[in-house]
Amino acid sequence: MAASCVRSLGLVLGKCGTYSSGINTFGSQLNRQICVSAGLRRKNLAAAGPEKFTMEFIQKQAEEFDIGKRHLANMMGEDPDNFTQDDIDRSIAYLFPSGLFDKKARPLMKHPDEIFPKQRAVQWGPDGRPFHFLFYTGKQSYYSLMHELYSKILNIEKHQDRMRAKGVFSPDAKLISPGMSRWLTKEELEAVLVEAISPHDYDRLIQLMERLLAAPYGAAEGEFVMRYRRQLEAQSAQQVAPALERDERGVAYSEADGRRKTSTSTVVLRDCGSGRITVNGRDYVHAFPVLQDREQLMFPLQFLGMLGRFDLECTVSGGGRSSQAGALRLAISRALLSFGSESDREAMRQAGLLTADPRLRERKKPGQEGARRKFTWKKR
Amino acid sequence: MALCRLSLRLRASVTQVRSLHTSDSGQQQEAVAVESNPDFFSVFRTQESDPACQSEKHIGQYYTLPPAHTRPLFPHGLPWRYQQQMKTFNEACFMVRQPALEVISYMKKADYSKPALRYLFYGLKGTGKTMSLCHTMHFCYTQGFLVLHVPDAHLWVKNCKELLPSSFKPDRFDQPLQATAWLRNFKITNERFLSKIKTKHRYVWTKRESTEEGRPLGELVDQGIARVKSSSDVIGALMKELRQQSGRPGADFRLAVAVDGVNALWGRSTIKKEDKSAVNPDELTLIHNLRKLMKNDWIGGAIIATVCQTGSLYTPKSAYLPQELLGQRGFDSMDPFIPVSVSNYSEKEFESCYLYYLDRRWLQHPQSHTEEGKKELVFLSNRNPSLMDRVCGFL
Repeated sequence: MAASCVRSLGLVLGKCGTYSSGINTFGSQLNRQICVSAGLRRKNLAAAGPEKFTMEFIQKQAEEFDIGKRHLANMMGEDPDNFTQDDIDRSIAYLFPSGLFDKKARPLMKHPDEIFPKQRAVQWGPDGRPFHFLFYTGKQSYYSLMHELYSKILNIEKHQDRMRAKGVFSPDAKLISPGMSRWLTKEELEAVLVEAISPHDYDRLIQLMERLLAAPYGAAEGEFVMRYRRQLEAQSAQQVAPALERDERGVAYSEADGRRKTSTSTVVLRDCGSGRITVNGRDYVHAFPVLQDREQLMFPLQFLGMLGRFDLECTVSGGGRSSQAGALRLAISRALLSFGSESDREAMRQAGLLTADPRLRERKKPGQEGARRKFTWKKR
Repeated sequence: MALCRLSLRLRASVTQVRSLHTSDSGQQQEAVAVESNPDFFSVFRTQESDPACQSEKHIGQYYTLPPAHTRPLFPHGLPWRYQQQMKTFNEACFMVRQPALEVISYMKKADYSKPALRYLFYGLKGTGKTMSLCHTMHFCYTQGFLVLHVPDAHLWVKNCKELLPSSFKPDRFDQPLQATAWLRNFKITNERFLSKIKTKHRYVWTKRESTEEGRPLGELVDQGIARVKSSSDVIGALMKELRQQSGRPGADFRLAVAVDGVNALWGRSTIKKEDKSAVNPDELTLIHNLRKLMKNDWIGGAIIATVCQTGSLYTPKSAYLPQELLGQRGFDSMDPFIPVSVSNYSEKEFESCYLYYLDRRWLQHPQSHTEEGKKELVFLSNRNPSLMDRVCGFL
């Protein structure tokens, strides 16, 4: 990781160096900086593994990137103000055509934030003293968060005591309302804290958070708590129900399509019917002589208790009988969305009716009998 | 929506009840036959066990075949699944349905001094063509017809274990096994006629064996059963005798020919000759004779047939119309006939079937007793009788 970063930095520098004479000045500046960073690195190699960069250095890099970008735009004869990263990539590929196979090995020019991520900034000053008082715990942002959290809990408890003294304490006043949300997962928390934490640490944090969440008079800290929670959305809210249409006789109908394996299907669902179903113009009993397939067709209708209410007109092509039935099931459920209520939709989603089956046929491998099966082993 | 349909259904069942009451008071004497178990009275059953007396108001209701009729009339004729059901329920119940009633009403009014009329049941797979045929046959049987029943003509054009060149005509082929089996069943069904009818010709089977003129028909049949080799020719002779004698002044019987899967007669066969070439159905003695019987150049009887895709050879699965199944040649030779369409259960018939299964404790699953469960059954079977039977098989 560290090595690749250094290389990319060098590439940026190399690019800068090869630009026209106008930008030679910061090329030399950069070279000087490199020396500084190399010196830094040598000193820290023994202490901490990955190389660190000071914030000033990164800021300077960013300024240089902006200037370099403008120069590049001028060279390419484009507007420097609206020169995007895509344009940069395009120009670099044009100016430095590279035949290297590995994409990472090709010349690139990127914003320093991408090349030097947050965790690579040095945490100590030029005198070698860390900025943060918890630096030597090894997990400074985690422990500082724990500190902050506990001090907030203490504050709330003090407030509760005051309320008790006044005699107006009630155990369910001003609770934080989490709504429909969940705690950040360990991985998400690590991304926020820019630190690796152990499962045990994570559990401790969540315990403390729960305590704050359940404390009366904690509403003032709601915003703080919600920073560590993620709002949950009903998945079906993302599902757009096609609007109900009406034909010339004023009968509501809806259309939807579905797929499974290699089958694709379209369904027109008409209200006020008698349960007549045609598949490609034929009766569905003849299109699906196997009971299981008819059960597949029935499931969405039966799930919403709407058997015998609709007339269905289905077209299905491709695939075999079970995949055709599966495709029709998906299409019917999607068409039913516009007839059902919001809660019906959520129930249908949870029943898996609105999820397309992603499974596909696995390819046959050479040297094997099928996708997984091996040839029969014979000793000789 | 649902409410109005419910009320419709209720109304239907109410009228059923009412009609049942009137029929019960009006025709007490017919109900005597099933008097032994009078607690059978319910909406989906009718006490009217004589097909001749059944009318429109009995449509959708079940009637019980007297066990005395089941054995001789259908020694082999009922569909396999129905036989199983009979065994399970320990009774043979037919639903009175429109197509069979239609044919029965035609047969009641027909003029038997004219050439025989041909009735042809047709319909989609599993809609009850064979059962309608059996219902009509029961009518014929109770009316004293001589029933000549071919349970499935398709069986005669495939899977033939033994194929012998005919002794009567060298370019024909005999199927002794099928012929004997059929003769045996024919004998069971028409025991009462065999001694009454006398042969009008002399038949020579071998140098030593022959049947003289004026012998009872039973002797002819016994000959066929005893001498397997001549059984196919015996069938030919039998059919010829019946054809010539029915409706004549001397004879006191009427002939009802019931053929299931009549399209086999003009289709193709999978039977192979010695040299591996396919046998044309014309060359089979049985088929040849049956075809002559289907020609309506004889009087005093009726021909009832069904066309069915099930079991037929080299026909597309979607075909069900007589035109498609019989082919041009078959259609021309069957023409003119009276087509009778057999369709899926109507709402009333389905209701009756459902109630019957409930009554027989055939539907055990608790869900199947609810309104929802019934809707599911309707969906899964699409009111197709055969599918309904299959779906209910494991509930």
